[in-house]
Amino acid sequence: MKGYIHSFETFGTVDGPGVRFVVFLQGCTMRCLYCHNPDSWCGGGTPYEACDVLEKMTRNIAFYKTGGLTVSGGEPLLQLDFLIELFSLAKVQNIHTCLDTSGITFDKNDKALVGKFDQLLSLCDLVMLDIKHIDKDEHIKLTGHSNEHVLNFAMYLNEKKIPMRVRHVIVPEITYKEEYLRALGAFLKGFSNIEKIEVLPFHKMGEVKYEQLGIECKLKDTPQLSDIEVKKAYEIIKSAM
Amino acid sequence: MTNAWNGFVGGAWEKEINVRDFIQQNYTPYDGDEGFLEGATPATLELWKSVSDLKKQEIENGGVLDMDTDIISTITSHGPGYIEKDKEQIVGLQTDKPLKRALQPYGGIRIAMQACSKNGYEVDPELVEFFTEHRKTHNAGVFDVYTPEMRKCRSSHIITGLPDGYGRGRIIGDYRRVALYGIDRLIENKEYQKSSTRTTMRSDVIREREELSEQIKALNMLKKLGTIYGCDISKPASTLKEATQWLYFAYLAAVKEQNGAAMSLGRTSTFLDIYAERDIKNGVITEKEAQEIVDHFIMKLRMVCFARTPDYNAIFAGDPTWVTESIGGVGIDGRHMVTKMSFRYLNTLNNLGAAPEPNLTVLWSTNLPENFKNYCAKISIKHHAVQYENDDLMRPLHGDDYAIACCVSSMRIGKEMQFFGARANLAKCLLYAINGGRDEITGEQVGPEYRAVEGEYLDYDDVMSKFKAMMTWLSKVYVNALNIIHYMHDKYSYERLQMALHDRQVKRWFATGIAGFSVVADSLSAIKYAKVRVVRDERGIITDYITEGDFPKYGNDDDRVDSIAKEILHTFVKLLRQNYTYRDGIITTSLLTITSNVSYGKNTGSTPDGRKQGEAFAPGANPMHGRDTNGAVASLASVAKIPFMDSQDGISNTFTIVPSALGKTEDEQTRNLVALLDGYTKKGGFHLNVNVFDKELLLDAQKHPELYPQLTIRVSGYAVNFIKLTKEQQDEVISRTFHSRI
Repeated sequence: MKGYIHSFETFGTVDGPGVRFVVFLQGCTMRCLYCHNPDSWCGGGTPYEACDVLEKMTRNIAFYKTGGLTVSGGEPLLQLDFLIELFSLAKVQNIHTCLDTSGITFDKNDKALVGKFDQLLSLCDLVMLDIKHIDKDEHIKLTGHSNEHVLNFAMYLNEKKIPMRVRHVIVPEITYKEEYLRALGAFLKGFSNIEKIEVLPFHKMGEVKYEQLGIECKLKDTPQLSDIEVKKAYEIIKSAM
Repeated sequence: MTNAWNGFVGGAWEKEINVRDFIQQNYTPYDGDEGFLEGATPATLELWKSVSDLKKQEIENGGVLDMDTDIISTITSHGPGYIEKDKEQIVGLQTDKPLKRALQPYGGIRIAMQACSKNGYEVDPELVEFFTEHRKTHNAGVFDVYTPEMRKCRSSHIITGLPDGYGRGRIIGDYRRVALYGIDRLIENKEYQKSSTRTTMRSDVIREREELSEQIKALNMLKKLGTIYGCDISKPASTLKEATQWLYFAYLAAVKEQNGAAMSLGRTSTFLDIYAERDIKNGVITEKEAQEIVDHFIMKLRMVCFARTPDYNAIFAGDPTWVTESIGGVGIDGRHMVTKMSFRYLNTLNNLGAAPEPNLTVLWSTNLPENFKNYCAKISIKHHAVQYENDDLMRPLHGDDYAIACCVSSMRIGKEMQFFGARANLAKCLLYAINGGRDEITGEQVGPEYRAVEGEYLDYDDVMSKFKAMMTWLSKVYVNALNIIHYMHDKYSYERLQMALHDRQVKRWFATGIAGFSVVADSLSAIKYAKVRVVRDERGIITDYITEGDFPKYGNDDDRVDSIAKEILHTFVKLLRQNYTYRDGIITTSLLTITSNVSYGKNTGSTPDGRKQGEAFAPGANPMHGRDTNGAVASLASVAKIPFMDSQDGISNTFTIVPSALGKTEDEQTRNLVALLDGYTKKGGFHLNVNVFDKELLLDAQKHPELYPQLTIRVSGYAVNFIKLTKEQQDEVISRTFHSRI
């Protein structure tokens, strides 16, 4: 089946372990204020068959011996069936698979959906879960959605023993507050599947895209945080775990 | 067996001149990491401080510190010269003073005069008269014979950079022979060769006998050079210090005689390691002393310099000398050839700081030991002064005792040499095809008067057939110009010392080159996949193009355009090979522009790919700046498709990545760079210059050059001090693709 692709990165070094082929899928329901890819929000994208996407990677497989395939977005889970097909093809060739997601589409009460998630997770070596905000109301303010599904998904991954890397973007006034960071740590306490916690500073490299798209960038006056603050945030999260 | 060889495993090398056999019988592969390395000694630091101060003065002086104007440089023309005599482990300078540039008129007196006058010096008028009236030079010989067509091609820049006014270089003497055998044995061998030539005196036999005589003379002079510095090099070297010194004298003699464009060193590290291992084992030296010897040797190589003209600097920017040293690789028996000395050579970048010379070239194989791979990556990330070439690709052709001359030219040491041939501008050739042989800038009829393109839009098949016809013409003029050049160079500026360090039977590669490769590929892709409308000026010449629609661009792993690139190369090489070559040279070609991509672009009109008149080409085989938009792997994969056997003289690719795109931690960056090099090598990629830095670093260095005296970057098969580039060249480097990621 066809997937709708935003773009490819053939030398991905920050989206999972080793050198990775990164597929950015088009479309996202979240509207995160700090999103640096607002051009991947709406529909469109270039249609590709899953096998053609994989061929783009495997033709240069020599580069990916230490890494593998990462699917990011947009929100990849919006194209769940395509994702399942792509990952099953990759697993046939023994390629390491990584899903970079917000987990927003997960609904533990929807049996049919959970079935599909089970299928996907059986093909997935690593999930990078982006927890945008630990506080429900703040999460709505930041992304337009509740974080209920996200946190449920995190717990589900733990239950299923799927290795997980948690990503958390720190933004002054929004997430970079001790109480929130502590709460995040407390939530993650007891998880046995966490491989790594990555704290990333919000950056403005996507600002140009907002201008091009004619969308207002609400954080354009927000300062970026330094490495020291990133380290501090990390310590706070860890201390609460 | 002489005492100097005590402790070495014997073999064929004892009976015949055979350095490779000596290495194979005696070297110790090293699998460990860099933990054993030592830092710089106080003497090293003091010497380097003196050299750095002199280099600073040189820049302040406008590029030259001092020049000879009345002594013709020969192997023995100068008395001894030192930096600080009592501190130097390895001695010998090109002239009597550090960084003083020698007078080398055999390539051409006019060029030597220009090199002086542009720097405020004047060649002794008597010498000028002598080399104008009485002793012909290479340059004069060539211009006596050039046809009017060749001259036109030169001045229109469809062929430029030809070594018709300067030394051709790219010949590597096997300098190790002097250390292993001593001069007397080498002379004896050459005397035997001379006594056993064929005896019917045809011109080739006469030439051979004359060349052998010259070689013997040069070896005798080399022996005398040793004496000038108080060393008897007639016998084999018996310690690491002697071996390094003997080897360096041999190299020094070469650069005293020849101002070649590239004066490469060869593959010396594993050879010298055998001496280091023996000395350390016998308690003759410590690791610290071994590193000191290496540091001082490398320091000397960093000081090699020549008198050159501003025109020359436009093609070869940043005052390069290409003291290329090839490190690592794997032997044909499967053992890797990395030794502790391979680490010590790279460690000089830590001990002395980054520098463009010697041009450290790692012969990369996926089978190199992991520790060495990681060390190379670390050094690249830190100093961006190393280039990588695919040993897995070259080994089947050249075995395990070849080296790189200049940037990417591979040859067996002491067994093969090359006739260097600059490059043809294929982008201009495409414009000539479109305009029926008329130059798009001057309007002059330079090429044959074929039928120009008619109508409003370019048709792929029509342009291709015209292009092939024009390439046929160009290949012939080009190879024949080179025939003249190499005939005259042999006659008037023969590299007798370097050739004395070769076998009797030498294979000669006849190297040609291509500039504008990616411009041609993208232009043809535009014609094929988009619609290209032509714009004619009042002379009826097509001078601009309007492209309607998008088209695949080279550098994105897209076979539609990459196959066009391959086809053009294959076609041109086949055409070149149809021509007669001087001394039965075997035609090869390279995709390597040095820094001439800037000047070639300046002299080439607008092209159908959307590049405007005067804009720089991409260097070497690189995709055009900013057009490789699918990430580093896609870019590398496109270049890796170019078959080595169609471009055996090298496929240069300069790659720049920002540190954050290589990984978050130093460890990740190291591993990812190794993965990238392994991947590129496995895909059949030939060469990679690796730069790891942010664009901001270069912008800042451009503004505050005084803060970056040693900032070294890889440009095109060599490295330069960034601050020595002209503003224009700096801008071009800054405009190149920096692989990064949001």
